[in-house]
Amino acid sequence: MFYSISLYLALAIFIIGLIYKVSTWFSLTISVESKKVSTRFLMALKGVIAAIFSGRILILLKVFFLDVIIQRKVMREDFLRWLAHILIYWSFMLLLVMHALDSLITSRIFPDYSPTINPFMFLRDLFGLFVIVGVCLVIYRRFILKAPRLKTNAMDHYAIILLAIIMLSGVFLEGAKIGSYSIYESMVEQYSGMEDAGEIKPLTAFWVENFGVVSPDVKGPFDQELLKKGREIHETSCVTCHSRPRWAFMGYSAARLVKGIAVALDRAGVHTFLWYIHFLACFIGLAYLPFSKFFHIFVTPVSILANSVMDRQVSEAANVETRQAVEFDACTHCGQCTARCSVAISYETFENANILPSEKIRSLRKVAAGKESGENFARILEGSSICTNCHRCTDVCPAGINLEDLWFSMRESMFKKDYPEFSLLSPLSYYRGLMRDTIPEEDYTKPLVRARNTITAGYDLIKDQTEVITIPAYDSEFQDKSLSFQASAFKDCFGCQTCTNVCPVVANYENPKETLGLLPHQIMYSLGLGLKDLALGSNMLWDCVTCYQCQEQCPQGVKVTEVLFELKNLAIQSVKAKAV
Amino acid sequence: MRFALFLGCNIPARVKQYELSSRAVFRKIGIDIIDIKEFNCCGYPLRNIDYKASVLSAARNMALAEKQGLNIVVLCMCGFGMFKEAEHRLKESNALKEEINAILAKEGLEYQGKTEVKHILTVLYHDVGLDVIKEKVVRKYKDIKIATHYGCHALRPSDVVMFDDPVNPELFDKLVEVTGAKSIYWQSRLDCCGAPLLGINDELSMDLTKKKIVNASESGADYLCDSCTYCHMQFDNVQQMIISSGHDGIHALPAILYTQLLGLSLGIDSKALGLANNRVDISKIEEFLSSI
Ligand code: HEC
Repeated sequence: MFYSISLYLALAIFIIGLIYKVSTWFSLTISVESKKVSTRFLMALKGVIAAIFSGRILILLKVFFLDVIIQRKVMREDFLRWLAHILIYWSFMLLLVMHALDSLITSRIFPDYSPTINPFMFLRDLFGLFVIVGVCLVIYRRFILKAPRLKTNAMDHYAIILLAIIMLSGVFLEGAKIGSYSIYESMVEQYSGMEDAGEIKPLTAFWVENFGVVSPDVKGPFDQELLKKGREIHETSCVTCHSRPRWAFMGYSAARLVKGIAVALDRAGVHTFLWYIHFLACFIGLAYLPFSKFFHIFVTPVSILANSVMDRQVSEAANVETRQAVEFDACTHCGQCTARCSVAISYETFENANILPSEKIRSLRKVAAGKESGENFARILEGSSICTNCHRCTDVCPAGINLEDLWFSMRESMFKKDYPEFSLLSPLSYYRGLMRDTIPEEDYTKPLVRARNTITAGYDLIKDQTEVITIPAYDSEFQDKSLSFQASAFKDCFGCQTCTNVCPVVANYENPKETLGLLPHQIMYSLGLGLKDLALGSNMLWDCVTCYQCQEQCPQGVKVTEVLFELKNLAIQSVKAKAV
Repeated sequence: MRFALFLGCNIPARVKQYELSSRAVFRKIGIDIIDIKEFNCCGYPLRNIDYKASVLSAARNMALAEKQGLNIVVLCMCGFGMFKEAEHRLKESNALKEEINAILAKEGLEYQGKTEVKHILTVLYHDVGLDVIKEKVVRKYKDIKIATHYGCHALRPSDVVMFDDPVNPELFDKLVEVTGAKSIYWQSRLDCCGAPLLGINDELSMDLTKKKIVNASESGADYLCDSCTYCHMQFDNVQQMIISSGHDGIHALPAILYTQLLGLSLGIDSKALGLANNRVDISKIEEFLSSI
């Protein structure tokens, strides 16, 4: 009763969760030009049908075999991880089919099926062992080997803990049952037709000797005659359903382990207790599945298959967006992307976990659901923008997620909001420049202008060209400290303008001052005078091509380009500090 | 001769032909290449926003090579410049070095400064030598004029990168001429390609690119030759963008990577050099080659 109620309850939660999660695939906003939910749903349906009834079905089958069943991508990257995952994945699936769903599946295929005969008994333990070994490898990798910057979050913990509870409760339940005298008694009652204690004794002796039952009164050593008699009864009443429990090597070991206290455990009803734990853990796992990391069991294959036949350039934009929404759920947080991320090391200085792809994808899902704003949003935007678009995360993602595409789409849709992002003013933008044709013109320039304007907004002095500037007192904090290293050589500038004369950017404009604000020599000179606002507010900083002509040719050895680099860093630092 | 090959971020993703042709040339010349999977961003694109992050990136790469006792060969000039900058700064500032090493120590790495970082042109010119290359050349170019583009970040700041004479460099020209091609003099050969500003100020970036292309064409060049990831994307992908946007009417000047140019004259197949990957078609360059 309790069993059925909890099963149906779990199933109901599972189904509602599933429907909810799938519905988000059509509602998350990822693209700049997001489509309606209904449009996306119909388009997806059409796309799926078109893919299945076309030549692409062959690609799908091949990819299903290589990437879902064999998981070659994981194998290529990291054998240990592959081993752990394949052990868990395959064994868990087989346990699910053969053991958990035995009344639905196994017993229909094998009419003689009983969980207590071979090969089922042995296989159950073998698969169980594989899962446990897999989980141990996972724990070893995550907590002992500790790859740099591999993050483990609450979701990962739940998944590992739940799996461990299911497996261990199963093993100990089996052990408790093997030793249980009360189960033995009821079995005898049911299957032997004997009632007299003296009649039963030989069978009991035989089961105590060979099947691990712990009887409160019948104890060895037994004489051969008795055992022989027991065997005869066993062979008529029990053998059709029972193989030697040794074959259930884990459960049997557990039974041996607690042999001394088995009678007490049995009286206390420990096997019933363990049974509750075992099935409740399974049901909790089922109910929680759509909301947990285990959801990837269903979604990752979908993502892998969709990506194998889709292409950003040719596929329907609405379907690309839907696929990207699916990808959020396909992520298993395995950390392979972060392990191979080209800028992961920058996490150490920016201290922004959103730089790491495995963390970024989580945050971006919240953004796509419209759940982030303020400081958090700005941090996610920063993390998303510090990316060299090297494609390595995408190449190694075992879930087949086109991460680079996802980053690109999400970045662009985030740029639509009013948050300034300063890393746009660095060569990290190169890829965006190459992709310019795919972005609406206005959306392309807006964030660039916003970033520049936010920086210069704080420096009024540079805007009013008519006013005579009063020279401030020597600002030692700024002039001595903030410009570090070799850059402080700006003090040697004597204003010869060589830097400006050789600057290709200055040469590109008819009226360079108007566009650039201050010219290179003016920046050097204003630094000498301590006019920080002039230097930091100048557009020249962001239009510098860093070709080093100025620095190379400066007769005074002023490190002009280095100074400009440092001013850029400084300007961004101070505008960020102000925002906080 | 053995080097760890540093590809960086853009080559595998967007300039595959540079990797293909470099590996093919290395193989032909007999240089062993080791790939270090853990290499990360060179640090160059981070310099505008956070200097320390950029040095940390570069230092981690060097520490990885150092751990295996390898020197690094870099294909990109911006990457090369960044490595040199980091090396220079870490030598100068112990405080920075300690800070960087404290971070690297978390993954069992340490930067000591033992690894030497070289650009591929330096390796070919100094470590291999023109004579050796000359011996291996099997097909010479005839009657072809090449505008050799040096690239800023390998050349300057000269006291840090120490690549060649910053005012009158000749290393790259000589490497071009060893293939029989003529490396012409053109006024803006040492100027910037415009790449550092693409994505930041496209107009300015493309202006600089156009100026160089026009100057090279007017100086009689048949092809432009570069040896840097960013320069190449600029002269190839971005030139293609400029051409297809149509409104400038510039005369297309195909850009070839040095490893492609050299590879052909070493007798390497054009497929193995990824010639077809270039956006602005360079397949006709084979017509300038003598037969084997
Ligand atoms: C029709 C098949 C069948 C027959 C016959 C049968 N059993 Fe069982 N027996 C089972 C099944 C099924 C279980 C497992 C029950 C469960 O999982 O709840 C079991 C469990 C047990 C257990 C608990 C240990 C374990 O592995 O779960 C004992 C002890 C046991 N039987 C003894 C006997 C004895 C003794 C006989 C002969 C008198 C007998 N059984 C005959 C089917 C049978």
